[in-house]
Amino acid sequence: MIPDELFFLYRDLAPALIRGAAVSVRLILPSAVLGFACGVLAGSCRVYGFSLLRWAAEAYVAVFRGFPLLVQLYIWYFGMPRLGLYLTPYEAAVLGFTLCSGAYHSEYIRGALLSIKRGQILAAQAIGMSRLQTLRHIILPQAVRRALPGCGNEWIYLIKYSSLAYMVTCIELTGEGKIVASSTFKYTEVFAAVGFVYLLFVTLATWILKGLEKRLTLPGFEFHRV
Amino acid sequence: METILQVREIRKRYGNKEIVKGVSLSVRRGEIKVLIGPSGAGKSTLLQMINFLVFPDDGDVFLEGRRIDPGRKRELCAYRQQVGMIFQEFNLFDHLTALGNVEIGLVRVKKMDKKAARLRAMAELERVGLGDHAGKYPAELSGGQKQRVSIARALALDPKVMLLDEPTSALDPELIGEVHAVIRELGASGMTMIMATHQISFARALAHEMIFMEDGRIVEQGPPDIILDEARCARTREFCAKIGELGGRP
Repeated sequence: MIPDELFFLYRDLAPALIRGAAVSVRLILPSAVLGFACGVLAGSCRVYGFSLLRWAAEAYVAVFRGFPLLVQLYIWYFGMPRLGLYLTPYEAAVLGFTLCSGAYHSEYIRGALLSIKRGQILAAQAIGMSRLQTLRHIILPQAVRRALPGCGNEWIYLIKYSSLAYMVTCIELTGEGKIVASSTFKYTEVFAAVGFVYLLFVTLATWILKGLEKRLTLPGFEFHRV
Repeated sequence: METILQVREIRKRYGNKEIVKGVSLSVRRGEIKVLIGPSGAGKSTLLQMINFLVFPDDGDVFLEGRRIDPGRKRELCAYRQQVGMIFQEFNLFDHLTALGNVEIGLVRVKKMDKKAARLRAMAELERVGLGDHAGKYPAELSGGQKQRVSIARALALDPKVMLLDEPTSALDPELIGEVHAVIRELGASGMTMIMATHQISFARALAHEMIFMEDGRIVEQGPPDIILDEARCARTREFCAKIGELGGRP
């Protein structure tokens, strides 16, 4: 009995999970980076944009936070071909994750931008910086530091909602697990193993985030305990 | 000496309260003018309107005879580089070291190359006596040191005029002296300045002219000894007597 289980693990499950995990990583990393960039852009527009930009960014956030992510993915993959946009499952998933995650990031960034004191902006203007220079060199470097804990939270969510990709036939970790489970009926073992891999990812991400926070922290930007 | 900066009939209204009610003044090269007056007199708003951190509702500002059009962004940025501003609350960039604070204007605004900017910034920090603190962040500096860094930051851009908005009001009494020393030296080197302050004895020693403002208007102006001791206007005398009691005579 036990050797049999080990054999299953070794022959069927492990290769599938490794294959799936590789796809998951390929989904998560670009979505995390692009989503963050999207969030910075949308957050900045919402706080400092001219009225049209601000309006567009607000609409973007409202829609992409309002539609369930699964519905967004279905639209990108199954819906867009009708409008002539043919995406591969992988592209549809990364696009969906990026835009959804960007909408959430923008909220953390917006909060951080609003916490920047007016004096910082006045001082930047007083030495002759343009609006864009002020945003880029003075406000964002401070805001990103303040937003990091929130954005880290969003990256951790992303790791787990990347499992939705298999609903648009991008077979990643959960998808591979589902295939093995339905052909062997070992649902408990398979999904326990799948869950454990996500737990590993999340733990790793938490370490990286802690390291990043530590590296980016400056005197005056520490978070104080009560 | 020729007029370097001129303000003509400048006005600002917030809601239905007029904060600055048509103020005109002109400053000659090397001249030091000190604004005094009670809180809410419009001193700070006036200074901030001079470099358009607050946009005036009406009135003009001229630098070396040229009218500044704040609607033209490029022109406005170029103008602001020539008019240094010192804030009551220092407003150092919190994410940059002392050196970084002085350097950033040179690198990003003047587009100077990094090495030259670093040398120049270091020289400015040494000029205000902070060469040893170049690597410290604002959170690691005392109030007096922060204000001196902010003076170095303004000086690095070679301003033609400096505007100082109560530069020592947020400081501990023990730290005021070091900032006054830097400002005094600046004056001695011939820098043109307009300063708002409540430090009467310091102002008396430094100013060529004193301007008493109240309720958005210039009430009286003249040489410091006249304004402080023999003001024509009763309100000026009353204010100077009160503030003199607090600040003491030199």
